[in-house]
Amino acid sequence: MIEFHDVHKSYAVNGQSIAALQSMQLKVLRGEIFGLIGHSGAGKSTLLRLINRLEEPSGGRIIVDGVDVTALDAQGLRRFRQRVGMIFQHFNLLSSKTVADNVAMPLKLAGELPRVQIKQRVVELLARVGLSEHANKYPAQLSGGQKQRVGIARALATDPKILLCDEATSALDPQTTAQVLQLLAEINRELGLTIVLITHEMDVIRRVCDRVGVMDGGVIVEHGLVSDVFLHPQHPTTQRFVQETEGDTDLAPGEDYQHVSGRIVRLTFLGEATYAPLLGRVARETGVDYSILAGRIGRIKDQACGQLTLALTGGKEMLAEQQLRAAGVHVEVLRP
Amino acid sequence: MSELLMNLDWYEIWQATLDTLLMLGGSLLFTVLLGLPMGVLLFLVGPRQMFEHRAFYALLSFFVNVLRSLPFIILLIVMIPITVIMTGTSLGVAGAIPPLVIGTTPFFARLVETSLREVDRGIIEATQAMGASTRQIIFNALLPEARPGIIAATTVTAITLVSYTAMAGVVGAGGLGDLAIRFGYQRFQTDVMVVTVILLLLLVQVLQSVGDRLVVRFSRK
Repeated sequence: MIEFHDVHKSYAVNGQSIAALQSMQLKVLRGEIFGLIGHSGAGKSTLLRLINRLEEPSGGRIIVDGVDVTALDAQGLRRFRQRVGMIFQHFNLLSSKTVADNVAMPLKLAGELPRVQIKQRVVELLARVGLSEHANKYPAQLSGGQKQRVGIARALATDPKILLCDEATSALDPQTTAQVLQLLAEINRELGLTIVLITHEMDVIRRVCDRVGVMDGGVIVEHGLVSDVFLHPQHPTTQRFVQETEGDTDLAPGEDYQHVSGRIVRLTFLGEATYAPLLGRVARETGVDYSILAGRIGRIKDQACGQLTLALTGGKEMLAEQQLRAAGVHVEVLRP
Repeated sequence: MSELLMNLDWYEIWQATLDTLLMLGGSLLFTVLLGLPMGVLLFLVGPRQMFEHRAFYALLSFFVNVLRSLPFIILLIVMIPITVIMTGTSLGVAGAIPPLVIGTTPFFARLVETSLREVDRGIIEATQAMGASTRQIIFNALLPEARPGIIAATTVTAITLVSYTAMAGVVGAGGLGDLAIRFGYQRFQTDVMVVTVILLLLLVQVLQSVGDRLVVRFSRK
């Protein structure tokens, strides 16, 4: 759906060229929610804005839905942007217009629908985001979560195939964040919308994204399925992000379990295996004893997952590992 | 009592009030018509804006500053030949409007530029992301969002114009200020002075409160 071919972007600052993005290769699939995570200054905001060319690339090609965005002229670019929705951290609603007029704005600007149909469409959109009774209020009268819902309704007005989310939940409290993320997931599911979101919170990625790219210093240092990246982070930046959300001790540098005896392994459960009474059974059958050193159990999007760090003792540790692997558990030996 | 108000010719005062209102209305209209586009232009080519153009901004800015630094009384006199070409006379209401407009337009344009800069950049970005043309960004986002600021700028400009109309009496423009100077000051008719000043005061009060009310009405923040 969205492809970056060797895209780079640099800014001229005081006559010096500073690279914001370096030879970026990226593929976002149709209908997925793709998350980009990075600290501020990592280049994620630039990357997002390259998709609808709010930022001009310094080189490379960006293909969106078969169209080479980098080759569009001014008129073509406006047409293209009308088919790409965008929501923002600070909502960016027009304070001088009512909720209904804000939502109607992209349709009015496109000038394709007659007024009556725009009205009808606005009613539908507000119903979808649950704000029907606020149509005639002004943005200043709404809460943050409601404002972002207006933003979402506005972004969906022209029936786009792609939705770009720029830190859409960063200005919201945790509960409202959860509601807005849920709405995004719902839209993705029901409308088949491709969503690209950027965030600095791993939790946002874990809740809604299918795939994730981790950015640092203008490059994507790690990318893949959220479950893979989240449970087996490779790059130090990724590990830090996971640690920040999990407070996970065995990822912390310097933790070596010196005071614990036995073979130390990390088990990763995904899906059904998470809830199966595996450990007890394997321990009984092999006579291996285990103590739990660290662990986390949670969900990644709609999938249950768990990760346990165990110390195994009793002699038949290898057999236990084999049985666990056979049951679909990922086993990683931290200390033989 | 009649002794006190003996110099008052109410017809003359009425005529002068009318002249002041005409000068004010006419010059305010043209000031807004010229100054608003000029302010938008200043904003657009200004630093870190959509059509940033350093040389052009510097030039326009310089032109605006020159006009603003010129004392109005000098401008009035300098403008006489141009006014004659434009209106056929340098006297009366028609003769006063061109210098008044030239005097306040740069001032108003600056105020417009400032209120446009106050518009959240994110709103411009969001409108761009919707696929709006520059024209649409200006008319559908920038101007509506800056409306309270522009109304306040218009109010300030109108009040500045009231005091400028008084000076315009120097070149024979008529109006309340002229009456105050010619009769109240030069002929020592204190009653005329007091009445005209009260009328000017009332005019400024009305302009300010109408302006304030409109700002509140259009502020949604």
